[in-house]
Amino acid sequence: MDKFSVFSSRLVEKSENFTSGHRACQGCAEALAVRHVMKALGRDTIVAMSTGCMEIISSPLPLTSWRVPWIHNAFENSAAVISGCESGMKAMMRKGKIPAKKINFVAMGGDGATADIGMGALSGALERGHNMVYICYDNEAYMNTGIQRSSSTHYGASTTTSPAGKASIGQRTQKKNMAQIAVAHNIPYVATACSSFPFDLMEKVKRAAETPGAAYVHVLSVCPTGWRIPTQDAIKYGRLAVDSCVFPLYEVIEGKYRLTYKPYKKIPLTEYLKGQGRFRHLTDKEIQLIQQKVDKDYERILRLSEEEE
Amino acid sequence: MAKPMEKITWQELEAGSVVTEVGNARVYETGSWRSERPVVEASQCIKCGVCWLFCPDACIVRASDGHFEADLTYCKGCGICAKECPVGCITMIAEEG
Repeated sequence: MDKFSVFSSRLVEKSENFTSGHRACQGCAEALAVRHVMKALGRDTIVAMSTGCMEIISSPLPLTSWRVPWIHNAFENSAAVISGCESGMKAMMRKGKIPAKKINFVAMGGDGATADIGMGALSGALERGHNMVYICYDNEAYMNTGIQRSSSTHYGASTTTSPAGKASIGQRTQKKNMAQIAVAHNIPYVATACSSFPFDLMEKVKRAAETPGAAYVHVLSVCPTGWRIPTQDAIKYGRLAVDSCVFPLYEVIEGKYRLTYKPYKKIPLTEYLKGQGRFRHLTDKEIQLIQQKVDKDYERILRLSEEEE
Repeated sequence: MAKPMEKITWQELEAGSVVTEVGNARVYETGSWRSERPVVEASQCIKCGVCWLFCPDACIVRASDGHFEADLTYCKGCGICAKECPVGCITMIAEEG
């Protein structure tokens, strides 16, 4: 039975450690992801957060949406700060200055803070193997400052610094695969999740927090503002991303891959791309090329997870 | 929070801009952003809690008879609850005035 968990929305933790009154845009799935993550982690948590959407919307001085100890960081150093918190608390517990207790040390950042600016600090923290969780909220651009491209932006997406036009397809480089970079550090737990699958997300975050050593969770968070979709469709596009295998949900425990959600029927990529304003310029030929890349990447994850079974 | 946010001056802030009160963002009422409001048909509600689970603003609350409804103090009117409701008992109605 340990392979199965029962979830229903009635059994989910009721307390809100990320309160209402935050200033996220309407329909922000990233705020939703933070809410789910905080439900999974509970009160005994210390959060270090990089600059980004989630930081500016949740803590405009003198207000805060957080009900847990929370520290502001510059873009690059949330992983370094949480390493220090973890080592400091460990030392204080050893010396008996504070009672010994299980505390979750969590660093959070957007895709810009994780894949671009904070990459070095994150790599260092994963390599040192602190008992911490790093959670990346990937909305595929720097949405906070006005939708500039990041290295995590999807190929072909039009952003303000990679605009689509006669001479350009939009984002010209492929999305950096942060989860695979984390796997390459040989850490005990890596997972990808999406807020459209809340039980899966909460289960993975819980498992990451329980794992001794460093863990990394990559959360796809739909951004209606930056993806140019209606606000009410934020959850739907998360589902479409997973069902079309653009963003497969898997976890890697001690190097062993496990696909946690296998789409019943793989839907064509156009379903995911067609409604989004950032992909509206793509021609059928270009979509075909992207589909090939998506299929190849998904095949690889599928193969790796099947080898383990 | 003792004072309204806009009345607080910089001299009254804690050293290092530490916020000592947890979750005090609740004084900021995001409901004023709304252009559409969700209305729940309570007789059709199956009390599954999907709207509560998917609300990014954590503004869905459980009424005394068990069905769910939006706390309009914080609801920004994104419409996710109406879209995700499995029985379609939530409709978005334009705010007037």
